[in-house]
Formats: sequence, C-alpha cells, structure tokens
Amino acid sequence: MMSAPQSHPADGSGWRRGGVQATRRRLVERLVSLLCNMATVVVLFALFSILWTLVTRGAAGLSLPTFMHSTAAPGAGGGLANAIIGSCEQTGLAALIGTPIGMFAGIYLSEFSQDGRIVTLVRFVSDMLLSVPSILVGLFIYLIIVEPAGHFSGMAGTLALAVLFIPIVVRTTEDMLRLVPRAMREAAYALGAPGWRVILSVCLRSARGGIMTGILLALARISGETAPLLFTSLGNLNWSTNLNAPMASLPVTIYQYAGSAYDDWVQMAWTGALLITVAVLATNIFARWWLTRNGTAQQ
Amino acid sequence: MMELPSAMTARDHPAMDTNTRGQYGDFIFGMIARLAGWFILLVMAGIGIVLISGGWRAFSTFGPGFITSTAWNPISDHFGAATSIFGTLVTTGIALVFAVPFAFGVAFWLVEMAPPALARFIETAVQLLAAVPSIIFGMWGFFIVVPFMAHDIEPTLTHYLGHVPGIGVLFRGAPYGTGLLSGGLILAIMITPFICSVMTDVFVSIPAVLKESAFGLGATRWEVMRQVVLPWSRQAVMGGIMLGTGRALGETMAVTFVIGNSNRLGWSLFAPGNTIASLIALEFPESSAGSLKLSALLALGAILMIISFITLACSRIFLQRGTAK
Repeated sequence: MMSAPQSHPADGSGWRRGGVQATRRRLVERLVSLLCNMATVVVLFALFSILWTLVTRGAAGLSLPTFMHSTAAPGAGGGLANAIIGSCEQTGLAALIGTPIGMFAGIYLSEFSQDGRIVTLVRFVSDMLLSVPSILVGLFIYLIIVEPAGHFSGMAGTLALAVLFIPIVVRTTEDMLRLVPRAMREAAYALGAPGWRVILSVCLRSARGGIMTGILLALARISGETAPLLFTSLGNLNWSTNLNAPMASLPVTIYQYAGSAYDDWVQMAWTGALLITVAVLATNIFARWWLTRNGTAQQ
Repeated sequence: MMELPSAMTARDHPAMDTNTRGQYGDFIFGMIARLAGWFILLVMAGIGIVLISGGWRAFSTFGPGFITSTAWNPISDHFGAATSIFGTLVTTGIALVFAVPFAFGVAFWLVEMAPPALARFIETAVQLLAAVPSIIFGMWGFFIVVPFMAHDIEPTLTHYLGHVPGIGVLFRGAPYGTGLLSGGLILAIMITPFICSVMTDVFVSIPAVLKESAFGLGATRWEVMRQVVLPWSRQAVMGGIMLGTGRALGETMAVTFVIGNSNRLGWSLFAPGNTIASLIALEFPESSAGSLKLSALLALGAILMIISFITLACSRIFLQRGTAK
C-alpha cells in the first residue's frame, strides 16, 4: 500500500513536465489506472449482481412452511425442510470425520519432518487433493461405496464431503503449527513434557484460533458442494435422516428444482440458493473476524 | 513461563518414569499422525486407480481413438472424448482470457491505488466472491447471464464481428445464450477471485525497497509494476493463474447450467457444447452400472484427472519457486 504519487514534488511540477516521452508515460499511467478501476468495478458489480438476484428472487419464498415442510410435488406447497436437515447432517458428519484426520495429517506434515521425502509427498498430494475437481471425488465414492452397496446413501455423500474437507484442514493446521514460536516448544520440552504433550497441549492450543478458522472455512466450502453429492446421496423427496438411504441436500435440491419447468420449484430453488449463500458467506465473515480476533492474539 | 525453574526441579526425580511413558505415548501419537498422513496418499491413489480401472473397458474398446473420436451415441454404444475435451479446453481458455486481465487489474488496484480503508473492504468482498458456491454461479448464469447473452451480447457480436475475416467464424451462429462463450464467462467470474488473491498476496510480499528505489527514480506506478514487480513475481503469478486454470477445468455445476449440453464440435463460440465435467454430471444418472457408457464416463473422469493433475502440479511448482525468494 505505497503512496507513490506523494514521492513527486507536492505541486506536481515534476509530473507535469512537458515533452513527448513524459506525456506518453503520463497517458499510459492514466490509462492503466482507469482500466484497473474499471476492472474492480466490474468484479464488484458481478458480486453485487449475484447477491441482488438472490435476495430479490429468493426472499419471496422465505416463510415458515419453507422451513417446516419437506419437498413436495409441484403445486403441492412443499418446503425445503428435508433438504436443510440433510445438508446439515451430511456436512456436520463430514466435518466430524474429517477434522481429526485432517488435524493429525497437518501435525504429521509440520512436526514429523524427520520422515523426509514422504512428508514432502504427502504435502504435495494433499495440495492436489485440495483442488481436485469435486465431481471426481463423487465418482470415486460412487465406485467404492455406492456400487458395491447397490444403493445411494447419505453416508456415501458424507464421505465424499469428508474427502473434500480433509485437505483444507491439513493445510490450515500445518500453516498454523508452523507459526508457533520455537521458544514455546523448547520451553515445554525443558519442562520434561513428552513430544505428544508438547504438540497437543502447547502447539495445538496456541494454534487453535487459526485451526478453528480453517475448519469453519472448510465447512462453508463443503456445504455448497453439489457435484460430489449427485452420485452419492442422490437426493430424496421425503423426510429422511437415515444415513443408509438416499438423502436430500440443499445444493442437489437447488440443482433439480432450478432446471425444472414449474414456477414454484424454481422459486424454491432461489430460496434455497439464498439460504445457502447467506450461510456460506456468514460463516466466512465470522471465520475471518474470529481469526483477526483470536488467531493473531496468541502468537 | 515464569514457573519454569521450579517446575524443572519438581520433575527432577520422576523424570525417568515420565520419559518411558512419554516414549510410549510418542510412539502411539506418531503412528496416528503417520496413518492420517498416509491416508491422504491412499485416497489420492484410490481416486486415480478407481477411475482408470473403471474407464479401462472404454479405453480398451475404443483404443487411442477414444480421445480423438467425436462420437457420443448411447444407442450404438459409440463413445469418444474429443468434443468434451475440446469444450473443456475452450471454456477454460475463454475464462482465462477474461479472468487474467481482470484479476490483475483488481490486484494492481488493491495494492497500489486503493485507499487503505477501502482496500480492506474490497479485498474481503473479492474473497467472498470466491466463497460463493459454484451452483449459485450456475443459477445466476442460467437466469441472468444467458438471457442477456442471447438478447444483447451475441447478436451485437455477430453484427459487428461476424463478417470479419478469420475470427468472424467464432461469432456466427444462432444466439441461444447457452454455449461455450457463456460457460467461459461464468468460469471467468468464478476464477477471477482465486487468481486475484494469489496476485495480491504476491504483490504485497515484494520487498518495499525494490519498489521504493524505482519510485525514487521517478517511475510511474505502471512502470514499477511492469518493470519491477512483475519480473520479480512472475513465477508466483503464473502459479496463481495455473491454480485458477485447475479450478476452471474441473468446475461442474456452474458450467452444467449454461453450456447447453450438446455433443458438437465447431468454430462458433455461441454453439452449445459440453465439458468433461458437465457431461459426467448430466449423463451419469442415465447410465446403468456396468454399461459401456458408464465406463466411457469414468474414462473421461480419468482424462480430466490427468489434465488437472498436470495443471495443479505446475501451479504448485511455480508457486513454491515464486515464493521461495
């Protein structure tokens, strides 16, 4: 954030010097500034257009029955209750499965560098997994769980989400553990604490603000994922919390409804989209606020 | 931390005991951490093995021709990957053409031009754009961008550019609204924030003294960016662009809504097409277990995995080299 123009004489005389070259440089600078300003305006415009569309079209469906009733046939006045509960169940369980694995893998990457090349390999692969197309994760879970079992299930959806959840937690856990000062570890070792106590009670404790942020961001990311759920939990028109049966979820319901020809289904899709976006953005904003408050204070 | 000396003396005697227990605990803890780490390797290897073995039937039935064939005929069981690979590459290419300049413009603005208070707000807004679920982009694209493209943009482009020799052929065709151009545009909006935040991080991390020396010589902001910041951060910027490319290649939901899903290969950017990911999402529910079509879709998945793996590996290497300085 450097304030470049101030480095010129305050009256701008150096800047206004004549000559063809100076004029050309001045024009290029002006042009680039203009283009950059326009680029920012366009990107912000896209963001606000999305939010505006969601609010204006989705708000109409925000009513009590939407939260109380399950999805129903067009015209029958259904709601989104089963999709909301299904999303919460699958996302929450995926986080429960993914958090310990992700945290331990993050600990492995940051604390077990004596393992040499395999640590580098795990870090590389985890970064790959972080950006692997999510639809491929859906295919993977379909082939190893849905096909052998013979039916779609909420559990398969949960596992697909967990696969997407883990690498995000790995990355933040490792990054945050690296920020723990060396002196703190040494102090704990000097007290005679065994290695695992040092990591769990000292390093993880001081890094927990950052790790919590990572978990929240991961939660936000997987709660909007649609592609991995299409072939795993499939969707369910009825109320179901059974993990061994197909389960509805908000993103898949939005996908099915948005492409339909019925006005009330499209309306429900917009309402679902509004709900999920508000949830995701609120989680993101909260996580960032939490990080600035707790993450840096403890270092 | 003030109690350190007393704590040490208190533990002086049972130290032996703690140590053996500690080693036991360390062993168990180490094993758990290693298992978690290796589990990640297992998952990645699993994805690769499962997709390739699932697609093996298609690969062996059609041979290398699978990649160059434009067929997609479930009735005669003839499948080829060329159209969807073409669609994937074209939409990603369009996305990059739009996203890179915009991401650069926003990053440049955030780092050099924005008032600090506004910069923080806008930076958060851009990061929030990156957090919006892809299905929302798809819906927004389908209901807002597609009609706009069909009524305004595409007829205008045809009118002005349709007769230009050479590139005119890209802008001809019926203005459906859904098609490769719309898919690419939605992808561009999706990946701009990713590329932008990498660029912002890199531009901020350049040593201030480098920029200050250039400013001290009387260079303008653009000259400093062009001749100091960009050469210095070239590799990390490439890494960020590759990261965005990886996202665009595998994006499913946003594209599925606006691509039009048609198995056609042509020059027109307005024509409906498909990408690997959209084809899988749309056709998978209609393919029965054990069919050749399912195998062909899995083979497409394997191809997508290889393409995005290479892109992401490049991105990782560029970013590591670029930030190691």
